[in-house]
Amino acid sequence: MKTPGTRKPEEELPNTKPSRRNLIALSASVAAAGLTTLAACNTKPAETAPSMLGTAPSKYGNRSPHEAAARSLPPESKTPSTGASRTPLQDTYGIITPSSLHFERHHSGVPDIDPAKHELLIHGLVEQPLVYSLDDLKRFPAQSRVHFVECSGNGRSEYSGNLAPDPQASHGLASCSEWTGVPVKLLLAEAKLKPEAKWLIAEGGDACKLTRSIPLAKLLDDAMIVYGQNGEPIRPEQGYPMRLLLPGWEGNTNIKWLRRLNLADGPAMTTHETAFYTDLLPDGKARQFSFENEAKSVITRPAGGQKIAAGPGMHDITGLAWSGRGKITRVEISTDGGRIWKDAELQMAGFAKAFTRFRMPWIWDGSATSIQSRATDETGYLQPAAEEMLAVRGRNFGYHNNQIKTWFVRADGTVSHVEQGA
Amino acid sequence: MKTFLLIAISCIGFGQTPRVGRPATEETIKAMDLTVFPDGRGLPPGSGTAVKGKDVFKEKCSVCHNDKGEGRQGQYPALVGGAGTINTPKPIKTVGSYWPYATTVFDYVRRAMPYDQPGTLKPDEVYAAVAFVLNANGIIGDNDEMNAMTLPKVKMPNRDGFVLDKRPDVKAKK
Ligand code: HEC
Repeated sequence: MKTPGTRKPEEELPNTKPSRRNLIALSASVAAAGLTTLAACNTKPAETAPSMLGTAPSKYGNRSPHEAAARSLPPESKTPSTGASRTPLQDTYGIITPSSLHFERHHSGVPDIDPAKHELLIHGLVEQPLVYSLDDLKRFPAQSRVHFVECSGNGRSEYSGNLAPDPQASHGLASCSEWTGVPVKLLLAEAKLKPEAKWLIAEGGDACKLTRSIPLAKLLDDAMIVYGQNGEPIRPEQGYPMRLLLPGWEGNTNIKWLRRLNLADGPAMTTHETAFYTDLLPDGKARQFSFENEAKSVITRPAGGQKIAAGPGMHDITGLAWSGRGKITRVEISTDGGRIWKDAELQMAGFAKAFTRFRMPWIWDGSATSIQSRATDETGYLQPAAEEMLAVRGRNFGYHNNQIKTWFVRADGTVSHVEQGA
Repeated sequence: MKTFLLIAISCIGFGQTPRVGRPATEETIKAMDLTVFPDGRGLPPGSGTAVKGKDVFKEKCSVCHNDKGEGRQGQYPALVGGAGTINTPKPIKTVGSYWPYATTVFDYVRRAMPYDQPGTLKPDEVYAAVAFVLNANGIIGDNDEMNAMTLPKVKMPNRDGFVLDKRPDVKAKK
């Protein structure tokens, strides 16, 4: 199988040196083909070369210089501060996204915030308005939880039929981290809610002071203010020094660089809950306050932009699934265009509202076909097909697309987002 | 967490402050609070008209949004136009055609515009720029004064265009 990566098939280099990955692919095909072919691969082992001393310990580690997985950047723009970078899902293992590869979406850039000067204000319909520094937050009992964050614009081009060519382009506005922080309800208990308090208007400390209205029930449920991400302080791109984390809810509501929580009797109808992040139906009505991201899955290997270089034989299909409504309970895979669906193996006991890694062995007979995955979550909700989605929502819905993603495998092993000849 | 709450509650008995948070002063709240609600709460004193807004817009906004707010292709959004397109196959969403509340325009311009210098406009300038944009969309007259009383009363064309989330809405065939 081709190295999962961003390199396009046409940029594929001839297989001169056997790379580690090619060797793995080779051994897979060897296993499939049976022991008889083993002799052909039995080249003379290299002699042990004189050893070279490695580098000394360092203060902050870097990945191997041989690795190049990277976020993809938006097209050039006069206002690069409003834009998004995408996670190379096809290059990640397991369920945790490295912090350096977590997707970004900001509307006015990443602010440079000195935590010593940053304060979080709670006010509005509370008995006692309060402020908290980062150090104050750390005095609360810390909780760590694994959750995905996903921009509700993830996969939006699929509505228009402009299918994205690889998992990074189609699903890369989602990432999953272990987050550490404090439940919002502990802070609200300190400030003491007035009975009229029904919504919370959260605001960030970025240039545009991005703001969203959140119903109180979510804050009393599993909302957190987090300052840790994957064992470190959260990255500036993710809201350093503190962000709101609303597990399973559209990314934009997870206010970064959190500076203010205003308790109110109703929503503020902010720009990002009226003009944006609303879903337009064919009749001209737009749906508002669509918070949960519905169950979704994508095969990350073999997937668009890759090549099954080892040819026909045994391969592992793997991918990621997640739901904003709870745990993923089932992922099915079809390798024949959606006629037969088989259960994939879910790796590890799944966390709720987190990435779940799935896999299934597949013996590819070398003929052109299409592969798809579909997820079911603990509410029983099943991820719909593109046509089913389109029939209800139309082409201008814009956000919250969770339709099944199809990858087309061609006889030469290349994998694409479009059918051959289409 | 339960023990923490218990400790917190039991501390009250000893006359100690059980809280981690520190009381916020009125000045802190006033300095930080930017929220404008659809009924006008949060709007500051001040006022402006489209006529006054012409100069504000020219000086502070037109470099990006163009002279009449028509935007610049692909880079800076149009603030006018799109009337009657929202229920067509090619909807054009602008302040005039899509935004349900005029208060939202004030809130957004005050907090986020000018894009490269947000937070620099005085309340009168925000009222005037908002009046200019509303007027350019044919929603208010040239000399209609926008202030904390009048702005919430402006009826935006798409005021009734929004419904609540209805998902799960797409049922997949098993
Ligand atoms: C330096 C360029 C620049 C200037 C100057 C500027 N804007 Fe903007 N404006 C933008 C950009 C870029 C966006 C889109 C922001 C985003 O995508 O989050 C925007 C968005 C807006 C919007 C939302 C439009 C929509 O429907 O998407 C409004 C309203 C607006 N600006 C009003 C103003 C007003 C009023 C002024 C003058 C006081 C102003 N802007 C000055 C660049 C600018």
